[in-house]
Amino acid sequence: MQQEELKNRLSEIKDKLIDIEQTTDNRIFLLCEAANAFSVARFLFEDLSLRFVIITGIDSDDCFENLYHFSNDASGCVVTIKAFIRDREAPSIESITPIVAAAEWIEREIHDILGIDFKNHPNLKRLILFDDWPEGVYPLRKDVQK
Amino acid sequence: MKKTLQKPVLAVGPFHPLQEEMEFFQLTVDGETVTDIDVKISYNHRGIEKLSETLQFDQIPFLVSRICGICSASHPLAYIQAVEEIAGVEVPERARYVRTIINELERIHSHLLWVGLGGHFIGYDTVFMWAWKYREPVLDLLEEITGNRNNYGNVRVGGCREDVPDEMVPKILKELDKIEKKTDMLTKAVLDDPVLHARLKGVGVLSKNDAVRFAVTGPTARGSGIAIDVRRDDPYAAYGDLNWNVISQPEGDVFAKAVVRLLETFESIKMVREALQKLPKGPIAVEVKEIPPGEGCGRAEAPRGETFHYVRSDGGNRPIRHKVRAPSYVNVPSFKASCIGQHIADVTLTLAAVDPCYSCTERLAVVDGHHNVVHDYEALLHMSREKTARITKELGAPEFKLEDA
Repeated sequence: MQQEELKNRLSEIKDKLIDIEQTTDNRIFLLCEAANAFSVARFLFEDLSLRFVIITGIDSDDCFENLYHFSNDASGCVVTIKAFIRDREAPSIESITPIVAAAEWIEREIHDILGIDFKNHPNLKRLILFDDWPEGVYPLRKDVQK
Repeated sequence: MKKTLQKPVLAVGPFHPLQEEMEFFQLTVDGETVTDIDVKISYNHRGIEKLSETLQFDQIPFLVSRICGICSASHPLAYIQAVEEIAGVEVPERARYVRTIINELERIHSHLLWVGLGGHFIGYDTVFMWAWKYREPVLDLLEEITGNRNNYGNVRVGGCREDVPDEMVPKILKELDKIEKKTDMLTKAVLDDPVLHARLKGVGVLSKNDAVRFAVTGPTARGSGIAIDVRRDDPYAAYGDLNWNVISQPEGDVFAKAVVRLLETFESIKMVREALQKLPKGPIAVEVKEIPPGEGCGRAEAPRGETFHYVRSDGGNRPIRHKVRAPSYVNVPSFKASCIGQHIADVTLTLAAVDPCYSCTERLAVVDGHHNVVHDYEALLHMSREKTARITKELGAPEFKLEDA
């Protein structure tokens, strides 16, 4: 899929997004609320056949952000879904592992290090942290000392 | 007490100091056949992403080059490109060429390393000795350019630290000719060998569908018929100026992955040669004063696949988030598709074909339902080699010998 076609297809899901940002020619960010992340990811993976790259979990000032990076290899474009998880007390989001097998590890990792719950994840056990690591301590949160 | 029937579990891993990442594979086996696989990682999690948030933008390349001893050019390059995207830096032309040369030399030595170890695993130690011998001059060249055999520390935001001196160009070209000749001989020895065909074809097949599902990259994807390569798809450094081909094979087995890596080595040699001949004059770096707030994605094609770095800056001198995704992170879980239904004798090779890190297999042990060690690594290696010997005998092929060159 060439770049122009990609942009046209992306506008199909505009109603699920807060905004579409383009930082450079081939870096597109789709901003959305956590509740819409699953359906947007499904659209990118199943309808547009983009390649899943990785998820970046971020502890922002007032919320958590999950960045779902996808790649359109035909035009070398990285399409990133930026999902805002507003609930800081019990952050949770729908798991994409049931549709994207490759996301299993990274969702387990984000669950370990940021404490974000992935609903409907088939195997949400620890990946990064030791078995004897204390419950409720999430090393990549900003309130954990550097 | 109720007795439950436990299936035998074959434990592969977890520790070896030479591994890039500690891995522990638990294979459920039914007789000789693998029926399920579970992977545990992160025995040696180094917290690089957290550590990176405490370092200045300039210090981080030295940190990320130590993520992996073999891919120590592609990680810093991916990171630097993410930062340069935030700052909108235009890199001098000569720096782009120097980056390409270092990264392609890295690919040559990494692929030769893989071929050697692949040979070792199936009992062809001659291939191991020769491939590693030819890899050595590549490391010497890298040492002469950057000062280090690995962990080159050659890139910085805005360019490169060390130049490829003009007077060194003839010497590198001469070495490349030698390496090309030797690799050619090695490739012919591998591709024309009936025993290797019988031993590697149809083993550890990763179908195109599974490759898409597990989102694999690099030679693992290209060996399954998915012709993706960041160097061509999202050109960086000087790759857009050079004349080269993306190698892919449709079969998805270990043999296809071996062919992809061997043929890619020639493409890399070709690229370094062309880059050296075209090497532009001029400075190798520009001054970058500060990194503005923003976010960037950097990608580089490491020998094992796409390396992805995401950096976010708030305008200070350190990133507030730096995410690293190494290619093995997506390639390793594909074992769930490629190992199931395989024989135990083929598993070491199938795991190795992805080029995750060989050394994990140095700690192999078969454990039965009562957790007694039955076979160790030696026994499994022996099984793998025995199978090769059996095929050799069945085919009536002569003992494997490489012509002296």
